[in-house]
Amino acid sequence: MLKYIIKRLLMLIPVLIGVSIIVFVIMRVFSPDPAPIVLGQHATQDKIDAWRVANGLNDPLYIQYLNFIKGIFTGDLGTSYYTKTPVLKEILSRFPATIELAIAAIILASVFGIIIGTISAVKKNTIFDSAGMVTALIGVSMPIFWLGIILIIIFSGTLHILPSGSRGDPLMQPMKVTGFFLLDGILTGNIQSIGDTLAHLILPASALGMYSMAIIARMTRSSMLETLGQDYIRTARAKGVSEGKVIRKHALRNGLIPIVTVIGLQLGSLLGGAVLTETVFSWPGIGSYTVDCILKSDFPVVQGVVMLVAITFVLINLVVDIIYAMVDPRIKYSKKEA
Amino acid sequence: MQNELDAVVNEQASEVVLEKPESQLKEMWFSLIANKGAVAGLVIILLLTLVAVFGRFIMPYDPNYSDMTISFQSPSAAHWFGTDQLGRDIFSRIIDGTHISLTVGISAVALSLTIGTILGAIAGYRGGKIDTVIMRIMDMMLAIPSILLAIAFMAALGKGIDKAVIAIGLVCIPEYARIVRGCILSVKENDYVQAARVVGNKDFRIVFKHILPNVLSSIVVRATLGISSAVLDTAALGFLGLGVQPPFAEWGDMLGRARGFIFSAPYTLIFPGIAITITVLAFNLLGDGLRDALDPKSRKI
Amino acid sequence: MLLEVKNLKTEFKLKKGVVNAVDDISFSVDKGEILAIVGESGSGKSVTSLSIMGLIAEPGKVAGGEILFKGTDLTKLPVSELQKIRGDQISMIFQEPMTSLNPVYRVKDQIMESIMTHMKLSKEEALKRTVEMLDLVGIPSPEKRAGDYPHQMSGGMRQRVMIAMALACHPELLIADEPTTALDVTIQAQILELLYSLREKLGMAVLLITHDLGVVAEAADRVIVMYCGKIVEEADVKTLFTDPKHPYTVGLLESIPKMDDERERLYMIKGMVPNPLKMPKGCSFSDRCEKCMEKCKEHIPALIEVNGAKVRCFLYSDAEEGKV
Repeated sequence: MLKYIIKRLLMLIPVLIGVSIIVFVIMRVFSPDPAPIVLGQHATQDKIDAWRVANGLNDPLYIQYLNFIKGIFTGDLGTSYYTKTPVLKEILSRFPATIELAIAAIILASVFGIIIGTISAVKKNTIFDSAGMVTALIGVSMPIFWLGIILIIIFSGTLHILPSGSRGDPLMQPMKVTGFFLLDGILTGNIQSIGDTLAHLILPASALGMYSMAIIARMTRSSMLETLGQDYIRTARAKGVSEGKVIRKHALRNGLIPIVTVIGLQLGSLLGGAVLTETVFSWPGIGSYTVDCILKSDFPVVQGVVMLVAITFVLINLVVDIIYAMVDPRIKYSKKEA
Repeated sequence: MQNELDAVVNEQASEVVLEKPESQLKEMWFSLIANKGAVAGLVIILLLTLVAVFGRFIMPYDPNYSDMTISFQSPSAAHWFGTDQLGRDIFSRIIDGTHISLTVGISAVALSLTIGTILGAIAGYRGGKIDTVIMRIMDMMLAIPSILLAIAFMAALGKGIDKAVIAIGLVCIPEYARIVRGCILSVKENDYVQAARVVGNKDFRIVFKHILPNVLSSIVVRATLGISSAVLDTAALGFLGLGVQPPFAEWGDMLGRARGFIFSAPYTLIFPGIAITITVLAFNLLGDGLRDALDPKSRKI
Repeated sequence: MLLEVKNLKTEFKLKKGVVNAVDDISFSVDKGEILAIVGESGSGKSVTSLSIMGLIAEPGKVAGGEILFKGTDLTKLPVSELQKIRGDQISMIFQEPMTSLNPVYRVKDQIMESIMTHMKLSKEEALKRTVEMLDLVGIPSPEKRAGDYPHQMSGGMRQRVMIAMALACHPELLIADEPTTALDVTIQAQILELLYSLREKLGMAVLLITHDLGVVAEAADRVIVMYCGKIVEEADVKTLFTDPKHPYTVGLLESIPKMDDERERLYMIKGMVPNPLKMPKGCSFSDRCEKCMEKCKEHIPALIEVNGAKVRCFLYSDAEEGKV
């Protein structure tokens, strides 16, 4: 197993090099020149040239690229053109917010998706099935940002029961330990802050998780339908096992194996969806910040973020594959053989 | 039990197919028509197309005519969906936005489908190093969230309809390349392909005459569903202020600009979203229906 | 009488019509007896066995008749009561040993689940019994193999596991649905041998569902021949093989290859099993029968006793179904 993980981590390297080249080319070759944006429209040509030299933008492209790679290995991703703070610091201060949101969303999506999908499969062709699948269909068809807006209109604008944005009341923020508000609240035993964090988290997490929930529900339904038709389900029934146990123990355990992959893929796509959700809910995460930086041609930040997201994405896939091997004994065995 | 019955029924079904192979297409069509969702999707898409083409004749107002004296009117008999911050009729703007959404969605899919199919076909058919190189590049693109990549492309290319098509189209290439490659790998070793090669057909000809028609169904399904995600992406770019620029009415752009009035004038945000959802829903319904019609296995489920 | 099936009807409501998969059949199984039900696929033999277990799934359902197990009508029992009988007093093994075991659980977990569902045993005791059962069905080093996953075993081994699981609670009736069909010929013989010896050892009755008359000859005491959901002949095994009566049975026996065979080609019953939605009006075998008479096409013969056997054919009696 360890050997496999190391092998997979090594495979990460070419992917990251590729990603870095793609981002580098898009940003430095095709994107607008940051100098006039940074210095303002009325900056003189001399000033612009001096700024470009200082930031290495007049060097040949391959030198710029090598410097960037060197920076990655030394942990120095450069500084933001605008705030002059180190990119790593900028990113790390915002990353926990995004991760917290994405994890909350994927938990909601998985729990409700699996429940809806399973009920639909077990109660196939009934009103429950139709209701579940119509919900799922609408879920995959709604733009996330619009769903966010609608949730705000309903729950904050009309009912006034939930906040419309931000991560939490600044007065109620927990002491910073990890940067994850919920975790920090639990660690410091700050119940008030936990409640406040949850209240702020629920709408954006629902909006972000809706699409994934719909996908997971549909996949669970078809996977469970296939599983419920398997011979071993008939065997379990023939053994006299109760129907509830047949579904929970025999069908779900098998039917969820392919769902693990779906959840992993969805977690990856949530990182993208976070861009929109964060914008709608003024969530101080990395998504909305990145959009901002792309538009301002803040090269060092964009490069850093994309590399980080790509690493996260690849790591998620690795974890998914490991979990997959854990839940399906057939896979573990074939690896032992090989 | 069930299997036994299926065996009997299937045996007879396969006989029918053996008798007249062209009836397969017919059967698919009937299976599609029998699917209520697919028919609903098809009808909505036809209606949307009509609105996109003839919309200007049914709009009650000029979608770009601004009259600040009547801004933020709630929905009424005169303005069904109300008016926006500049006093423009939202209903007319939504109708006007139909052709942009459809055009961008379909063109973006056409673009990524073409490039993706060519890349996937080359990778799958040639195999070896070319395959590895192409597919690695696709993997790298997939490792960046597509919306971020599209935003980066937009930032690099500038704003506008054509740019949005290119950005969304480029981002979706890996998806099609993967599907086409997978399908080609699975049919490549079939006897009829081998036979075509033995009798001396050129590679290009083999791929286009013998392989692609056999993977067409998967591509059609994927492309239909792809239009729905392209429409969503267009709206997302518009919402972030990166997509289609004024004076064009684009649904996502309308939402983005009205965002500040979420509490004061919620109706400005409700209707464009419904328009997006209905459009996306229609293509999803049709795509699901096509998939079920083309895949007898899922038809049973 | 251990099991008495009376006028059982099981139907499948499909979009294109109703299929009477099992059409008014009656038979009984005595304690310790091996009764074989023979028929082609689509004859309703598997549906019969699943009806007894109460495992007919949508869109099928038992539409009429009684299934009396030790005097209790299983068709009237609530599911919870039926679950107490399944796997305990009546258990079942299936055709596909490769897919009938749950791939994600160890063999011992699956057998123990059966034991612990029906018997009040501790985990240790259940495990002990599991190992005993595996030993009983002839699995070498059962303690070790108990920890295997199904995919680590061969088809024959898996069928033995299935049998061990079915026998774990000492059932009085074992329903074996094509237990050997998916296995190699040598393994087939071993499994039949095993079933036969276990019947002797445990004194249980076996309802053997098969399409293979060879299997019947080897194992069964009594035979029922089914065609299109109906019983066409019922006899003890010796009578059936020496004096088959129904043209369908005769045809089936003809098509078994024999050692001293001098014919060029093996005999085959002409035609195919009719579409269950388009049954012939008269005798369901009429369109394939070599001795078909005018009457056969219009009327359905009744199941009539002839020389110690029962047969449904106008060659032996003019009695019509429903007019006796």
